[in-house]
Amino acid sequence: MELTVLVFLPAFAGLLALLLPADRARYARWVALAGALAALGLSLALFFRFENGGGFQFADRASWIDAGAFEVQYFLAVDGLSLPLVVLTTFLTVAAVLVSFSIEHRQRAYFACLMVLSTSVLGVFTAMDFLLFFLFWELELFPMYLLISVWGSGRREYSAMKFVLYTVAGSAFMLVAILALALGAGTFDMAVLGQSGVESAVLPLRWVFLFLFIGFAVKLPIVPLHTWLPDAHGDAPTAVSVMLAGVLLKMGGYAIIRTCVTILPGEARDYGVWFAAIGAASVLYGAFVTFRQTDVKRLIAYSSVSHMGLVLLGIGALGTTAMVGAAYQMLAHGLITGLLFVVVGLMYERTHTREISRLGGLARQMPLLAAGLAFAGFASVGLPALAGFVAEVTIFLGAFQAYEWAVIMAIFGVVLSAGYILWTLQRVVFGPVRPEWAGAGDQRHWWEHASVAGLAALVILLGVYPDLIMDMLDPAIGAVSARVGS
Amino acid sequence: MRDFTLFIPEYIAAGAAIGVLALELALPRLRRDALAWATAAGAAAWLIAALFYVGDAPGDFEGLLRTDAFTAYFRILAAGAVLAVALLSARYLRDRTRAAGEYYGLLLMAGAGMTLLSAARELLTAYVALELLSFSLYVLVGYLKRDARSNEASLKYILLGAFSSAMLLYGISLLYGLTGSTTYAGVAEGLAARGEGTDLAALAAIMLIVAGVGFKVSAAPFHMWAPDAYQGAPLPVTAFLATASKAAGFALILRLFTEALAVDALEWRAAIAALAAITMTAGNLLAIQQTNLKRLLAYSSIGQAGYMLVAVAAIGYGDAAAAQNASSALLLHIAGYTLSTMALFAALVAHYNRTGDESIEGLRGLSATQPFLALVISASLFSFAGLPFFAGFATKLLLFQAGTGAGLLWLAGLGAANSFISLYYYLMVMRRMYLFDPPEGQTRIRPPALLGAMAGLLLLGVVFIGVYPGPVFEATDGAAAALFEASAAAFARLP
Repeated sequence: MELTVLVFLPAFAGLLALLLPADRARYARWVALAGALAALGLSLALFFRFENGGGFQFADRASWIDAGAFEVQYFLAVDGLSLPLVVLTTFLTVAAVLVSFSIEHRQRAYFACLMVLSTSVLGVFTAMDFLLFFLFWELELFPMYLLISVWGSGRREYSAMKFVLYTVAGSAFMLVAILALALGAGTFDMAVLGQSGVESAVLPLRWVFLFLFIGFAVKLPIVPLHTWLPDAHGDAPTAVSVMLAGVLLKMGGYAIIRTCVTILPGEARDYGVWFAAIGAASVLYGAFVTFRQTDVKRLIAYSSVSHMGLVLLGIGALGTTAMVGAAYQMLAHGLITGLLFVVVGLMYERTHTREISRLGGLARQMPLLAAGLAFAGFASVGLPALAGFVAEVTIFLGAFQAYEWAVIMAIFGVVLSAGYILWTLQRVVFGPVRPEWAGAGDQRHWWEHASVAGLAALVILLGVYPDLIMDMLDPAIGAVSARVGS
Repeated sequence: MRDFTLFIPEYIAAGAAIGVLALELALPRLRRDALAWATAAGAAAWLIAALFYVGDAPGDFEGLLRTDAFTAYFRILAAGAVLAVALLSARYLRDRTRAAGEYYGLLLMAGAGMTLLSAARELLTAYVALELLSFSLYVLVGYLKRDARSNEASLKYILLGAFSSAMLLYGISLLYGLTGSTTYAGVAEGLAARGEGTDLAALAAIMLIVAGVGFKVSAAPFHMWAPDAYQGAPLPVTAFLATASKAAGFALILRLFTEALAVDALEWRAAIAALAAITMTAGNLLAIQQTNLKRLLAYSSIGQAGYMLVAVAAIGYGDAAAAQNASSALLLHIAGYTLSTMALFAALVAHYNRTGDESIEGLRGLSATQPFLALVISASLFSFAGLPFFAGFATKLLLFQAGTGAGLLWLAGLGAANSFISLYYYLMVMRRMYLFDPPEGQTRIRPPALLGAMAGLLLLGVVFIGVYPGPVFEATDGAAAALFEASAAAFARLP
């Protein structure tokens, strides 16, 4: 029951916000904030009640579509892999609502879309029925499309449509794979599929694996399926960038571990090397392309491609350590990139430009925001005692034995990231003071302080006390890598 | 046995048809939309009477007609469709014609014809029922007699319809020659017992019948009439053509192919599978180039007929259980498709009543002027494309699963690929509504109350089937079980 409430709570708050009378539209943000905080509290309660190593917990199960040979369940549950991601989602939802407090245009619809987005992501992380999982995966398209195309900037319609088309194209493959698997095995239950393994499907298992991977890889994203991401990030409103980078990309990594590796371990063994190669290539490609970017948000978007490449590399190594590192990297990247987008979004609100060449010297005019950007930048580079460091080191340690070459390539990518982050900081934060931003003002509203400080605090917490999450991830990932047999 | 009480609901429909005609003759000054309300009342009475017959033991009329859960399903569908179309027509027809009695009368007759078609278990009875439906539609399509396009559409429809009826009749006569019977059971028995050297005759008969019914459900390459008829017909009649008329075609196909022709599945199943593949591909590819909304919907409905034919092919390829599964999925798909189409047309009629524009371009900026209508149109199109949370997703899933279950993986895959193609042109329509600015000077207006409420209700149904198809599936499963109960003997003789 708890999980059902948790998953649908944001959408319910969104509905309430939507139904506010027109002259009360400005209360929509409070309704959304209340819903987001309630969801955060509930997810934290689950987090502390969770029994590490206890498998799937808090299960909600009911028969849903029972049509002859075709049984679909309503089945939600969390394990040590998905629960941290659930908490990440509820936390970033609160942050996303806070940075949206200054939205003026069609507030009720905006917050409704944002909260439905949160519900759909929570659903993806908790659904244990493959078809239900797919439905939540698709549900996310509707609010994302509207959020980017109505409240975005620049070529927002183009970007929104591109996002939808890429995702739908990926999901078409995914759906074929899901049906092939489920019709072959006679069940959509991901827990059952993940335990018993699948011997045969309607299609050859290699294809099923590949199709699933394509569907998830678009979302992750990997090179060369990543081109929608810079566009979507560049044109999305701040809160949507936070959600997109923070949790939507993680759906891809989570799904690869949960389905590709767990359900089809044999194929994962065969193709792990490709994961590592694609991952390493994404790390390098993403890092190189950042140097050419002139728009801060697009720059962060490409750095995301680079960082998510590390996730795929960690998964490809298939060992417990490497996959724990990959999962940890997803959490760390969610927080760090979320923070980066929050800060950049707040700067954009003040300067109305994201052109790096037009910014400069902000350390003088907006000291707090500049400090936030510097902090997030360092975290993104992987400074010790911050979350990103733990994740990267774990991945490298875990994957080194399996794929020495890929790890060396990835480490080179991390070196590059230090280069582009520092260079960006130098151009945006330091340098000569620009007179046109003199009166722009610094971070000043409580909601701005709250979102920046909250995210920064978690980045530090995960950096200095990794066991909080590691103890939870370890048994869950251990079960997965035991299935792969490495 | 001659049990005349079996068709009391249809007597109500026919009585209402005559009543509407008489009403106009008796009170010539009556407002034209009063006839629509009278028709709607008649259809509602028909629907309620039909509900009383749900769950009754199967009834039989001299072996010619059978009332069972299958008939009840189509009876409710027909009554519901007539009710919806009557309401859609009220203002549309008042604005455009002066005499409407025949229109509403024929609408009711067409619905009654559809029910009879789903009850028929004898070739000539089925033929007569089909012609009752078709002749009513020939007139309805050309009802706007001052509109050249409507006349042209009607003429094309009549010519091609007559052609297809002739083929069907020719096939029927060959079957009779082969088997010496016109009842489905008799035909099945005759086909099972036919001697050596009759393969060619059987093949010819069956192919002629396939072509004949292919015309009725607008399967490619027999689809040529559909775009013209859809475009020229009054908008509510287009809705009827796309839903009830198509459903009636499949009612005929289901009864015919699961009983009379089940024995010879080997002869027709490959042809039906090919027809399904061609129909869905042609429909969806041709739809991409359309600029007229009605033509686009015609091609999209051709694509839908292709998906439905997958289930018919699955009946031919599968064993009795798989065939029943496929029939049930087909019935579910028809229900979801009918609801989506009606919701779409309710919104389109509301839009057309105001603007008189039926081009896709005319939907420009609808989300700004009539956001609710834009929402309904988008949701219906999403349902057609098979996106989750809308009826089309659940029903297509079961449809393609039935195909896969019968070993037609390639056809199911092609269906999925086609759904993806269709998403493209549906999104192009939505793009016009959401991303373009409305024409100069248009501001936000309320949708008309009746059509808005109808669209909203139908949309709820679409979402309901999409999210929780269980109850409707149980109904269609019961209908399919009844269908196979009637034809158990035929299926037992499967090769």
